Amino acid sequence: MGQTLFDRVWESHLVQRAEGQPELLYVDLHLVHEVTSPQAFEGLRVAGRRVRRPDLTLATMDHNVVTGDDTPMDELSAQQLEALAQNCAEFGVPLYETGSGREGIVHVIGPELGLTQPGMTIVCGDSHTSTHGAFGALAFGIGTSEVEHVLATQTLQQNKPRSMRIYFEGELPEGVTAKDIVLAAIGRLGVDGGVGYVIEYAGPVIEQLSMEGRLTICNMSIEAGARAGMIAPDETTFAYLEGRPGAPKGAAWEQALERWRTLPTDDDAVFDQELVIDVSGLGSQVTWGTNPGMVVPIDGVVPDPASMEDADERAATERALAYMALEPGTPIRDIEVGRVFIGSCTNSRIEDLRAAAAVVRGHHVHPSVRAMVVPGSAQVKQQAEAEGLDRIFVDAGFEWRRAGCSMCLGMNPDVLAPGERCASTSNRNFEGRQGAGGRTHLVSPAVAAATAIAGHFADARELVPA
Amino acid sequence: MKAFRKVTSHALALDRPDVDTDQIIPKQFLKRIERSGFGEFLFFDWRKDPGFELNRPEAKGAQILVAGRNFGCGSSREHAPWALQDYGFEAVIAPSFGDIFRQNSLKIGLLPVRLPSEQVKELMTRADAGDEITVDLEARTAGGFPFELDDFTRECLLEGLDDIALTLRDEPSLTAYESAHAAPIATNAL
Ligand code: SF4
Repeated sequence: MGQTLFDRVWESHLVQRAEGQPELLYVDLHLVHEVTSPQAFEGLRVAGRRVRRPDLTLATMDHNVVTGDDTPMDELSAQQLEALAQNCAEFGVPLYETGSGREGIVHVIGPELGLTQPGMTIVCGDSHTSTHGAFGALAFGIGTSEVEHVLATQTLQQNKPRSMRIYFEGELPEGVTAKDIVLAAIGRLGVDGGVGYVIEYAGPVIEQLSMEGRLTICNMSIEAGARAGMIAPDETTFAYLEGRPGAPKGAAWEQALERWRTLPTDDDAVFDQELVIDVSGLGSQVTWGTNPGMVVPIDGVVPDPASMEDADERAATERALAYMALEPGTPIRDIEVGRVFIGSCTNSRIEDLRAAAAVVRGHHVHPSVRAMVVPGSAQVKQQAEAEGLDRIFVDAGFEWRRAGCSMCLGMNPDVLAPGERCASTSNRNFEGRQGAGGRTHLVSPAVAAATAIAGHFADARELVPA
Repeated sequence: MKAFRKVTSHALALDRPDVDTDQIIPKQFLKRIERSGFGEFLFFDWRKDPGFELNRPEAKGAQILVAGRNFGCGSSREHAPWALQDYGFEAVIAPSFGDIFRQNSLKIGLLPVRLPSEQVKELMTRADAGDEITVDLEARTAGGFPFELDDFTRECLLEGLDDIALTLRDEPSLTAYESAHAAPIATNAL
């Protein structure tokens, strides 16, 4: 029987396997940010341990970072950033701090620096570490105790998850994006459909996606409960990587290519579960509830709990609608928003900003909307400015900000006020995620851009050409 | 890690699915750099509702939480199990858990117990009636129902073992792996 991509990466990183025990898995790259690491470094200090492989560890500042000039950083945030800087200095961990020019959201800078490569194992104290799987790496989020374990040993004790393949076929309609594909898939699977699994996304639709699109899809694997998402590396992957600072050079590049080409899943490999999704006829997606699986096409309506047979589902829907202040049967397009956020590790890469700018160009943000664009990294910001995208956004009335997590989770000054409704390109619409009492609707960058202009949910088709 | 052997207590039922870690401990409390003191912020926003389960008189002193499926989904924040443990919970029983939450809980000695939905429903009824429930890790039972947990993890929990020390004991395997596999990257050489 053949092997899957996941099997190959897993097997090649086993340090130890013993009966009745979790396996010991070697970690090739450990990414660190300020929120989930202080207690781990403290643990090392207390036990008198060192960081085993600082050369396989990289830290950045993202969650607490202030992205605008309007508010200063609060004291606790400043302390947390200071603690990271001190810990990195003490333990010899390379750090891209604010202002270094290489800082940004941890899941944006790994790929951008060429550190995220096919066949690697990558972990970070952050659930969206699944993002890096877009390169054919096995990448997943861990908690602080495990961060400490990786710092001290460069390994993790893990039980091997099961495998699932989601095969996307059909013709992707114009204007429908990777974000819509993954939201629709989570809608199908449910927010716990992937629990215990590593998902491989495959099929012609995935093969045609850019690296940015693939990163968006793998990013949201955790929203279906999956440990990780993976996509087989191919020419698109290699073209993206070549020449980046962390990528192999010269003869080493040729050797790496040879190795990477052996990674994809064998034709006769068997997955524990398989799902096929036809994307023909798929529309732009908008979430209406308080988890990412509560999603409908933009042409749809807010669902009616009364029509649901399952009592748990009905109760959850009623709770969600009450929180979101939505009436069953309301057309999605009729829902007005007050805020628009384009950013986060799901959709803040250069291609996302290009897609949003293409919609925005020549239009103006609706007078009742406050809209912001937050690039995922200092380098994305620089690139966007070189292409003049910042001008397009600013001329249209968007705020153009510095890199960071920003309003994805509101650990910094960018938060929704209670009751505010936001079209957001981020990944979580949990209660209070973007600010206590805030109401989040997840959408693609193109829909977020059109919505900012229309003042209610809209896609680009709807805007009168400027 | 805190050792876990056996706990007998009345229980609190939280009968809703997909309780995410953003609800268990909202983001504004993640800025602390300590491991302790999160209990008072547990379910911070939901607790503002006087009808919320944790505000009921029977919640006082409950050491066992009985919850709906996919408990602890979402963010990897270990602050969520820290908050539950700091508040006084020793075990959480649910039909399923978010993977990272479950792993984090096991690492700190907060016991996540997976039971079939019908059994969880029954325990919720018993919790609402104020009955005491026993979670016994040695016997691998909760409220009399057997649950699964691998021997190694059970041993670590029973003894409160430091898993980093366990891994480091295997230094020869670590070094052998490292000398056989050249690192694909060097973060300090960019
Ligand atoms: S952008 Fe949002 S989801 Fe991504 S790492 Fe930052 S806070 Fe987490």
